[in-house]
Amino acid sequence: MTAGTAQAGDPSRERQSETTPPVSSSIDVDVWRGDAVGQFVRYRVPRQSSQTVLDVVTWIQRNLDPTLAYRYACRVGMCGSCAMTVNGVARWTCRTHVDRVAARDRLELRPLANLPVVRDLVCDMREFFDKWAAARGRLAPTATRKDPVPRVAPGSRERRAADAAIECIGCGVCYASCDIVAWRPDYLGPAALNRAWTLVNDVRDGGNRERLAAIAGDAGCHACHSQANCTERCPKHLAPTASIAGLKRAVSRALLKGEL
Amino acid sequence: MNGAPGAAGASPGRIRAGHRARIDAALWLAQRVSAFVLAACVLVHLATIFYAVHGGLTAAAIIARIRGSVAWPAFYVVFIVAAAVHAPIGLRAIAAEWAGFRGHRADLATAFVAIALLALGLRAVWGLAG
Amino acid sequence: MNRRDTRQRMRSRGDHPAGWWAFAVHRVSGVALALFLPVHFWALGRALEGEAALQGFLRWTENPWLKFAEWGLVVLLAAHLTGGLRVLALEFLPWRNWQKSLAAVTAGVSLLVALLFLLEVR
Repeated sequence: MTAGTAQAGDPSRERQSETTPPVSSSIDVDVWRGDAVGQFVRYRVPRQSSQTVLDVVTWIQRNLDPTLAYRYACRVGMCGSCAMTVNGVARWTCRTHVDRVAARDRLELRPLANLPVVRDLVCDMREFFDKWAAARGRLAPTATRKDPVPRVAPGSRERRAADAAIECIGCGVCYASCDIVAWRPDYLGPAALNRAWTLVNDVRDGGNRERLAAIAGDAGCHACHSQANCTERCPKHLAPTASIAGLKRAVSRALLKGEL
Repeated sequence: MNGAPGAAGASPGRIRAGHRARIDAALWLAQRVSAFVLAACVLVHLATIFYAVHGGLTAAAIIARIRGSVAWPAFYVVFIVAAAVHAPIGLRAIAAEWAGFRGHRADLATAFVAIALLALGLRAVWGLAG
Repeated sequence: MNRRDTRQRMRSRGDHPAGWWAFAVHRVSGVALALFLPVHFWALGRALEGEAALQGFLRWTENPWLKFAEWGLVVLLAAHLTGGLRVLALEFLPWRNWQKSLAAVTAGVSLLVALLFLLEVR
């Protein structure tokens, strides 16, 4: 597909052409360099058609500064490793076109918020995944391989609830967008709680009593005030806010039954 | 995470954590239940304010409405109890997030604010209902 | 691609999604109402000292600044109510995509109540 047909076929690009200069010009990109201490360094990067923010970062690393650290793997929105803060908003850089986010031909790239910075655009995801474990985000099987495979009706309430939340790939965009994580660092956060909710609805799982005890409380689901930044920013269009609300209801039921 | 299923409560730390979770969960539930009650009460309250200021706000009008009635004092008692439950739990969350004030002492402060609000509110109803 | 992305493109750096604003208004109005409650109860409690004491207090509130403050409190109460209904809808109703628009609905209803009382209080 040539650049010409891509432009003609995409109405959003035609609207863009009124405000953005022709594709041959360049863009100023401020990139965070350092760890917790550091500064922004400005790079000038040539514009390309259909250029993603990840393309920009890669261009800088290959042509201007090979020491720039950043993460990516799949480049197509499957692995969830390239998330960064782009002009103040956490995003997958591989699925974000420069056209969509570059205000006045400027880009500002920072590592994800709410996580320690390793170097440049790379943050330490350890806390993020440790919280998945703390939220009991692991199946607690009730059967062995000798038992028959359980049948889960696709239309059942539990199955639909789990389906709605299951597609998370752990990119950390929601976690970086959550104000509550910023205010109380022990909060488990939207991704871990969303994962716990899929297991609460998994009829094969036998670990709910422990799971609900682990996710109840002010460092768990009750910390959420339904700001829904996570739901607004999730690149997979999941709704962790809804999952966390489900956990609050499940915990309340357990509390009233004396099972918490 | 070590611990086989059923290991919760095996250590004192876990017991305390479970206790904490139960308090937090109960407070959340109390705030939501009181919110449902308050939603109805506030609607009535807003309508009453609208009606009361329409004819000019006077002490005589307020007292005449409430004194000698059973429904109005009863309504205000329910309203005040719900508000006294609702507001301190909200303040507790803010204190935890923005001031780092948490744990047992925060719970005690929450209870104190609740009792103070309840006392002040019921005193006002007592005064108005005579 | 979709409407959400278009909206985000228009947002400038540091802007917050609508839900953040709903949260912020809910929190600020909640704190203000919590601070006002003891004052409100104390003022009404003057009835214990007789109708005249309460009436004296009400006459004091006749000045325009306090009238304006009273109007503000009514608006805060309406905003906190609608914001609270938003939270309850998010937490207790099954998730639907329209719930993302709840912040706008609450803002609209609060504004309506504000105007209604502005006309009434004068």
